[in-house]
Amino acid sequence: MSELFIQIAFGVLMVGSALCLFRIGRGPTAPDRTIAIDILGTLIVGFCCLMALWTGQEYYMNIAIAWALISFVGTLALAKYLEGRSYDA
Amino acid sequence: MLETLVYWLVGIGLAFDLFGTIGLVRLPDVYNRAQAATKCVTLGTCMILLGVAVAAFGGAVGPGVNWPMAVKALICAAFILLTSPVGAHAICRGAYISGVPLWEGSVEDKFADRAKTIRQDQAKEGTVQGEEAETS
Repeated sequence: MSELFIQIAFGVLMVGSALCLFRIGRGPTAPDRTIAIDILGTLIVGFCCLMALWTGQEYYMNIAIAWALISFVGTLALAKYLEGRSYDA
Repeated sequence: MLETLVYWLVGIGLAFDLFGTIGLVRLPDVYNRAQAATKCVTLGTCMILLGVAVAAFGGAVGPGVNWPMAVKALICAAFILLTSPVGAHAICRGAYISGVPLWEGSVEDKFADRAKTIRQDQAKEGTVQGEEAETS
């Protein structure tokens, strides 16, 4: 793969991650932050794919699969926590 | 030819990711943000994974066909496609039940009655559990 394309792709994903971090910091309610964390986890899977394309090492895909699994479990736990809690301010 | 296909797949995926995160910042309330961000970013990341799988099958990564990378990319794509909507749905349900208000421009709210009964059930269970905890 061409070096320039991979670098541009990393730049685009970093802009997306920065927007996610903005929403995590600014988000007026807890569900906003939870959704932004979930999206950030999916973007990190994309980072792992690009690293696999760039270096040709296959173990980055193991990291991607593990990250997707852990992110899903964490999201479900946070969602159940939100459901049993009253919303204050 | 193959490299061009990979470039197109990864590029379309990156564009979807960027639009999804822009929607996450720009839209007015939790439910709109979840809808925009989850759909776009799920499909965008699946496109990137599909690009990696095509590159590995076609032999663009490393010498020959890189079978482990291709199969793992497809497994990861299927897994994200299955789990990401489930997670977003759970968060939105939790947000509504915990009382996050809709945007004032929203026109329809079909979950209101159901959410009211769910909240009443939760309140009942809470009192029963609280009494048991006090007596025991």
